[in-house]
Amino acid sequence: MSKETWRDLPLGAVSIRSSLEYHTGDWGVEVPRIDHQRCTKCTLCHFYCPEGAIEMREDGYTEPNLDYCKGCGICAKECPVQCIEMVRKSE
Amino acid sequence: MSKQKLLGLNGDEAVAYAQKQVNPDVVAAYPITPQTIIVERFSEYVADGEVDTEFVSVESEHSAMSCCVGASAAGARAFTATAANGLALMWEILYIASSLRLPIVMAVANRALSGPINIHNDHSDSMGARDSGWIQIYCENAQEVYDASLEAWRIAEHPDILLPVMICLDGFTLSHTMENVWTLPDEAVKSFVGDRVFPKVKGHLGEAELRLDPENPLTMGPLDLQDYYFEHKIHQVKAMEQALKHIHEVEEEWAQLSGRSYSYVEPYRMEDAEVALVGMGSMMGTVRHVVDELRGEGIKAGMVKLRLFRPFPAQHLKEAVGETPVLGVLEKCVSFGAPASPLLEEIATTYYAESQKPSLTNFVVGLGGRDVPPSQIRKAYQALLAAKEEGEAAITQQFLGVRGV
Repeated sequence: MSKETWRDLPLGAVSIRSSLEYHTGDWGVEVPRIDHQRCTKCTLCHFYCPEGAIEMREDGYTEPNLDYCKGCGICAKECPVQCIEMVRKSE
Repeated sequence: MSKQKLLGLNGDEAVAYAQKQVNPDVVAAYPITPQTIIVERFSEYVADGEVDTEFVSVESEHSAMSCCVGASAAGARAFTATAANGLALMWEILYIASSLRLPIVMAVANRALSGPINIHNDHSDSMGARDSGWIQIYCENAQEVYDASLEAWRIAEHPDILLPVMICLDGFTLSHTMENVWTLPDEAVKSFVGDRVFPKVKGHLGEAELRLDPENPLTMGPLDLQDYYFEHKIHQVKAMEQALKHIHEVEEEWAQLSGRSYSYVEPYRMEDAEVALVGMGSMMGTVRHVVDELRGEGIKAGMVKLRLFRPFPAQHLKEAVGETPVLGVLEKCVSFGAPASPLLEEIATTYYAESQKPSLTNFVVGLGGRDVPPSQIRKAYQALLAAKEEGEAAITQQFLGVRGV
């Protein structure tokens, strides 16, 4: 995607998009992969995520929102059953 | 031309009186010598009901500038004043004010930065802020201070500029010295300054005026990383270029109204000058006096006063200097470890590409309020005359008026 030049941007460093559209998920190198076979639905990963990027599903499992996940790996570290693996995006 | 009233005002009072006539929406300031009188006088105007201004007594200059940023972003006319360490404490917010294109006006009563602690005049405070994206105007006398205090609003709010403006007046020499100041009637000032106009911008919810308004929301200056920050800096570069183009329009309008005309760079007896001193602020009045004396002795001396330092008026400077082969640059500031002080470096850059360039001697003077008397200016001219005999385009630095150097 070609980004705006300085001519296209509004004065005063005014934001051209809502912060919801600022997808910080592309900052990271790794993303969490959750093995739902082994997950106990304890939801600790949801609460530990500093970005609020691990969302609750209706079925009680958790799912990372890759638009905002920065790949810090805290969820994988905290998971009591080690069912979260951090994998490189390129894999 | 408006009928004017002559008042006895010191530089600080000239600032305060001008702002009383402007009646800004918000003044947020913290008193610091030698700016204190500005805030004192203005708070009296507030207490006496002579202005409608919301006066915010803040606990620091960092808060003063932050308050001005918030007020100006919300659409208010916001004014503040400071000096030296107060300006230093504002530092990070100075950059935010300019990057958000907020037309804040601030008077800086120039004072030496600590340490050691000193309350007297030099330019180390505002010179340090030269890269903060603010327009800087340096004044020679209280009349210039009054005039610049009013012009500043028109410059800051000019739709093609939209930048904060710093009015620099020498601490004590101007801030505390009473002079005759011609002042305009309130109505004339009011109509000159007019109302703040807001450009339209396209925010994330569509077009809106560039101000914070809950009815038409927009976000100013949020997180801006590798992807857009650089482009926003170009905005500021372009704004300074526009400032250089448009400030004179305000000056011309002011001249019509007041009869007092100003230029970015003001030459004095430069037509056939063989040596000249360049500088800013109150000491240029002394230089003018010495130029007259030297001319009386048959020495072809001239002077060039810069009123505008940011944006730097390079072309105007070259025109003012003309063919004069030997220049001295008077500076009340030192850049430790640099080849010379900031003004000289700007002038050297201005001439770098020219085949005919003047020799440049940097005279650092008056640090910490040390007096800069006519005898010292004479010494500078004598050094320039000696440099003229040598005839080489060299850059040198001298410290005048300091013991043992």
